[in-house]
Amino acid sequence: MLNKEIKSILEKSKKWGWVLEPDAKRIFSLAGFQTPKFAVAKKAEEAIEAARKIGYPVVVKIVSPEIIHKSDVKGVVIGIKDDERLVAVLERFRKLPGFAGMLIDEMASGVELIIGAKNDVQFGPMMLLGFGGVGVEIYKDVSLRMAPLSNAHVEGMMKELKAYPLLTGYRGAKPVNISAIQKTLIRFSKLMMDMKDYFESVDLNPVMCSDKSCTIVDARIMLKK
Amino acid sequence: MNLKPLLEPKTMAVIGVSATNERHPANVIFDKNHHRYPVQVFAVNPKGGQLHDETLYARISDLPQKIDLAVIAARAEFVPDVFTQCIKAGVKSAAVVSGGFTEGGRKDLQDKIVAMAREADFPFIGPNCLGIFSPLHVDTFFLPIERMIKPNYGSVAFISQSGGILVDQMIKFSQQGVGMSKAISIGNKAFVKEIDLLRYLMTDRTTKVIAFYVEGFAEGEGRDFVLAAEGAPKPVIIMKSGKSEAGHRAVSSHTASMAGDYASFKAAIAQHNILEAANEHELVSFCEVLSVYQHSIGGRIGIITASGGHGAMAVDACVAEKMSVPELSQEIQDDMKAAVSESVQTIASFGNPVDLTGSATDDDFVACAKVMGASDEIDCIVFLLLPYIPGITLDIGVRLSQVCRQYKKPFIAYAPHVEKYNMMIDGFELNGIPASSSIEGAVLMAKALTRK
Repeated sequence: MLNKEIKSILEKSKKWGWVLEPDAKRIFSLAGFQTPKFAVAKKAEEAIEAARKIGYPVVVKIVSPEIIHKSDVKGVVIGIKDDERLVAVLERFRKLPGFAGMLIDEMASGVELIIGAKNDVQFGPMMLLGFGGVGVEIYKDVSLRMAPLSNAHVEGMMKELKAYPLLTGYRGAKPVNISAIQKTLIRFSKLMMDMKDYFESVDLNPVMCSDKSCTIVDARIMLKK
Repeated sequence: MNLKPLLEPKTMAVIGVSATNERHPANVIFDKNHHRYPVQVFAVNPKGGQLHDETLYARISDLPQKIDLAVIAARAEFVPDVFTQCIKAGVKSAAVVSGGFTEGGRKDLQDKIVAMAREADFPFIGPNCLGIFSPLHVDTFFLPIERMIKPNYGSVAFISQSGGILVDQMIKFSQQGVGMSKAISIGNKAFVKEIDLLRYLMTDRTTKVIAFYVEGFAEGEGRDFVLAAEGAPKPVIIMKSGKSEAGHRAVSSHTASMAGDYASFKAAIAQHNILEAANEHELVSFCEVLSVYQHSIGGRIGIITASGGHGAMAVDACVAEKMSVPELSQEIQDDMKAAVSESVQTIASFGNPVDLTGSATDDDFVACAKVMGASDEIDCIVFLLLPYIPGITLDIGVRLSQVCRQYKKPFIAYAPHVEKYNMMIDGFELNGIPASSSIEGAVLMAKALTRK
């Protein structure tokens, strides 16, 4: 699944030890995953143009090779509805270390999942599925399997989650598209097998899963040293 | 890799037997095999000479027979030279007992013998190990025979990265009446690794259960192992140590943090149908039950007891292990009630657990076992035996085993394991019903059978 562009992104990112978010999303988009419409801007007029094109409300995030954990520096702002707020956030981001731009994302909705991969020394690429968001390491509601994954594996992974009922339509909510989760995970496990010489770990967190589809809202690829 | 000469040698050379020090490990190995095992054994010492009336051969090439297995207890720096001699003399395999390789900072020496072995297709086990206990063939452990507790000959093979754990586990297998087909200590596993032994034991007719004690796998080795084990036609069990993460490593992603080494290990082995034993107690229970029953079952457990408390404890344990103790249909309950003795009829309860009370006799247990055995509402029956109640006799084990054979449904027993009750316990175990020394143990046995 690794085409030339994916390889070249991975190669150029080695100097940072990880892949910047817009590049990571580009990789997943190239590999056939659904990602939100997004653009990167450094200046106010670029940002306004991009946000209007994507359509408000938008989510914005700091792009900096020095900032891995964006939430820690308030580097993620959701629900921006107008130009004024957009420019104000951009001004603040410009002062953060290593500022390389502002990522402007279409807002996605649904159940927040985390899909991840760890390149285990003993077992090679291990896949993780769980309930995502910032609380992921508090609840630790995750399941693990060795890649590559089959449909049966993914089904087992989902059913292992304590919060599984949230996927099937808890208390009148619309059930999420289970087959979209399956397809996303299986495709992801194939990509990780192909990328096993490059990556150390990957977080897709969150992946927004709705009744229609699964969208990778944030992607972090840590590379092998 | 042909491991037969290694695991079932007909001829063996022990290198480094001393003419003067009878406590030398090589002497212990030589003596026990010389006196106790069918393998034809020769002693080698570069100085030659005599040990009692046995010849000490100066060179491996002097030996009068082709050698299947060389046991090498020489100092690490001499081992490459011994390898050269062995390979030249056409020795088929080796067990390197000596330490002082990678574990002692001499990775170079270990790499050297591995390269030699690879070049010459000369499989060896170790270094830094006890080697092979193969009951009908050979015993390379340097432990005096009078100090070892040897389990009965049986169908469990146990492979261990640690010699100490292996020998200890043999004691526990022995106490629990679990028979072994092989006990193999692989030490640094420089050449022969878990996967090689797994492949050999998969087709070994005397082995029905393959169990491992694993500290860790080398890079990528875990993946190959689980993929091979998934296709094994017999149950594979792993007991793992080193489960706690060493210190706080800086982890830069959520996934890396949550998919730690042990979490990944656990997930990977479960995914490939390998049973994980959390501790020694589980290991022994799993080995015992799987050496008797290899077919997997559903998780509906029937319990027949003579004490309500025992029944309640067993139910809790079943539920904790994600098995069910379903209430039996009225029809089954009526059949059981009709089958037991009159004195028990009015005081027993038949819902599941079936509590036959302290008035129960062998006949009552057998009668209920028949009804439950024939029923399709239950996948496995756990008997909670109280040997001290007056109506129970020493014959109960053998009588229940006959019922078990008739209905082809796994039976598992609990009875306290004290010397006084040994004959009753033997009645179960020697007739094909695993018997645990604890209620939880009996339930763990049932759990092992629910593996897919």
